[in-house]
Amino acid sequence: MTQLSGWGRVPTLEGLEQLGEDLAANCRAASLSRGLGRAYGDAALPWKAGAVVAGTRLGDRVLAFDRATGVLRAEAGFRLAQLEHVARAAGWVSPVSPGTRQVTLGGMVAADVHGKNHHVAGCFGAHVRGLRLQLASGEALEVGPEREPELFDATRGGMGLTGHILEVEVALARVARPWIVVEEECAPDMPTLVAALRAASRSWPYTVAWVDLLRRGAALGRGVVIKGRWAEAHEAAPTLPRRSPADERLAVPCDLPGWVLAPWSVGLFDALYYRLHRWRPRRGLLHPDAFFYPLDGLRAWNRLYGRRGFVQHQCVLPVDQGDDVVTRYVELLVQRGGTSFLTVLKDCGPEGRGLLSFPRPGLSVALDLPMRGASTQALIDALNAFVRQAGGRIYLAKDALTRAEDFAAMEPRLPHFDAVRRRWDPQRRLRSALSVRLLGDAA
Amino acid sequence: MKAVLLGATRGIGRSLARLMAERGDALVLLGRDEDALARSAADLQVYGERRVGTARCDLSDPSGFAAALDAADAALGGFDTFVLSAADFARPAELEADDDRCARLIAVNFGNSVALLEAVRRRLLARGGGTLVVFSSVAGDRARKPTGVYGATKAGLSHYAESLDLRERARGLRVVLVKPGFVHTNMTAGLPAPPFAGQPDPVAARVLKAIDHGWPVVHAPAVWRLIMLAVRSLPRALMRRLEF
Repeated sequence: MTQLSGWGRVPTLEGLEQLGEDLAANCRAASLSRGLGRAYGDAALPWKAGAVVAGTRLGDRVLAFDRATGVLRAEAGFRLAQLEHVARAAGWVSPVSPGTRQVTLGGMVAADVHGKNHHVAGCFGAHVRGLRLQLASGEALEVGPEREPELFDATRGGMGLTGHILEVEVALARVARPWIVVEEECAPDMPTLVAALRAASRSWPYTVAWVDLLRRGAALGRGVVIKGRWAEAHEAAPTLPRRSPADERLAVPCDLPGWVLAPWSVGLFDALYYRLHRWRPRRGLLHPDAFFYPLDGLRAWNRLYGRRGFVQHQCVLPVDQGDDVVTRYVELLVQRGGTSFLTVLKDCGPEGRGLLSFPRPGLSVALDLPMRGASTQALIDALNAFVRQAGGRIYLAKDALTRAEDFAAMEPRLPHFDAVRRRWDPQRRLRSALSVRLLGDAA
Repeated sequence: MKAVLLGATRGIGRSLARLMAERGDALVLLGRDEDALARSAADLQVYGERRVGTARCDLSDPSGFAAALDAADAALGGFDTFVLSAADFARPAELEADDDRCARLIAVNFGNSVALLEAVRRRLLARGGGTLVVFSSVAGDRARKPTGVYGATKAGLSHYAESLDLRERARGLRVVLVKPGFVHTNMTAGLPAPPFAGQPDPVAARVLKAIDHGWPVVHAPAVWRLIMLAVRSLPRALMRRLEF
């Protein structure tokens, strides 16, 4: 038995993570599979203290990789870091990159992860061609767009609740050069930032905005829009240096005391970051790992938040009623006395086929909030009330504190997902701490 | 390098084989589970581009050793490096409760391992030398309360490998004795991890460096060399009190 938690370390639960190379055998007695534990909240935690989860990270073999077509099939524990390593050498990249490369293929499918290119490429699941699933019954099944499509749709973004993902087949993206051409643009306030991000997304495949929420008043929500695209053949070298900026050369050795990461320190950092980028915006070629995974170079950065951990609130807000919905959302945060130490804004494209998949058209906002007990819960409740009213929804892979009634109100697709689960797992043998909290599974 | 690996379908061996495949070494995998061998061979062919051979070899069945080595020799045109990273592991309580289980572990980790290494030694010496890579463990460096029978088999294996190195290095046979500390693999799953626990990939990178340089002994992660130096110097009276 060890203490298991997600990346935010809220909540923490006693559990057994059983590991084995043979994923089919390893997950037989488990109610859930767990990858690298990078979901922030309780998505990869056992449904009750002491229950077994099947760790997939030792099942990391590539089963087939066609260098001509870019189709790769691997065991579910194969890491994105490994995929990038193997694929780039042959001129291919992951079609979708989340904020860290320390995730498994199985986890990427279960959370149906998205990246800075969601507005053009959709979620990771949109590029998955097939999955091998081990159902609650113990039977293994190949699913895909033609085989059991409904189960396939429920599994992409289904948080591991439809079956244990054993193998993933994904179509990679071809790039001429493994370098990113980057361009940055500073915006002095939130409305300008949102407008700049939306404008950038019309011509750039990768866009994201870093937001400073520590600066109050008119400059609240100032930030930097970061735009990127893969380099053309004449723009960059065909290879990358051996060492990547995402290699873990530095680590946070222990939990920092709670006072280190506080409004004064983060405010200082944000002010420096903003000024630096305003003074000298990045422009030109960037290593793709520095572009996609800027935090990966610092191992165990979640320890910066101290022993109490942190939660993330990531939601997508529809913008049909106007872009100012994001400004109102962050104003609510400030009114409630909340402080987000890292805030990221992204443009989302059309909704994918995953039945619980997070993105929908609008703007996604992610807040990193230090855990401060009941007041953080109250803050999340208030933010969720806003999201409900705005017609948005939250991202399950980041969530730890949302209440079931809020989630149900945000998620009209939930009855459909429940129906698929009922068909394949009538006893709801597969469950997690998240499904107990949000989907009404028995604890 | 033309290398044969037993135990490379999992753990540190898997990571090591990937590094070797990636730099273009010719490989043959030995193991008892043919499905696992086929999957690992396919995986390695993605990391490198060479075809990877496989042959069945079960460390608990010495009668199959010669055939497996013949197959590997045939596939590689005579191998020059042999890596033994397969081993049996069980917790002390399990071994104490079951004499047969205990006898099997002793046979696999010591008797049969030595028999296999002897067979390889003869082949390599007959062709002028080569490299023998033997995975032992820091558990064989100093008796501690929990090392028990497992530690004893590893102490025996370390002793054998060291002696072999002393005797045969001048004749061209290099023995690289690998002593992993606590590494997060299938073998250590569920055990409480001490500080300085390592991950298979960096550990494998260090082992490969040791193979290339012909280091007679390598601790991996490197810090375990210092840890074991300290542990070896602790007085017995203190060791009786410690529980680690």
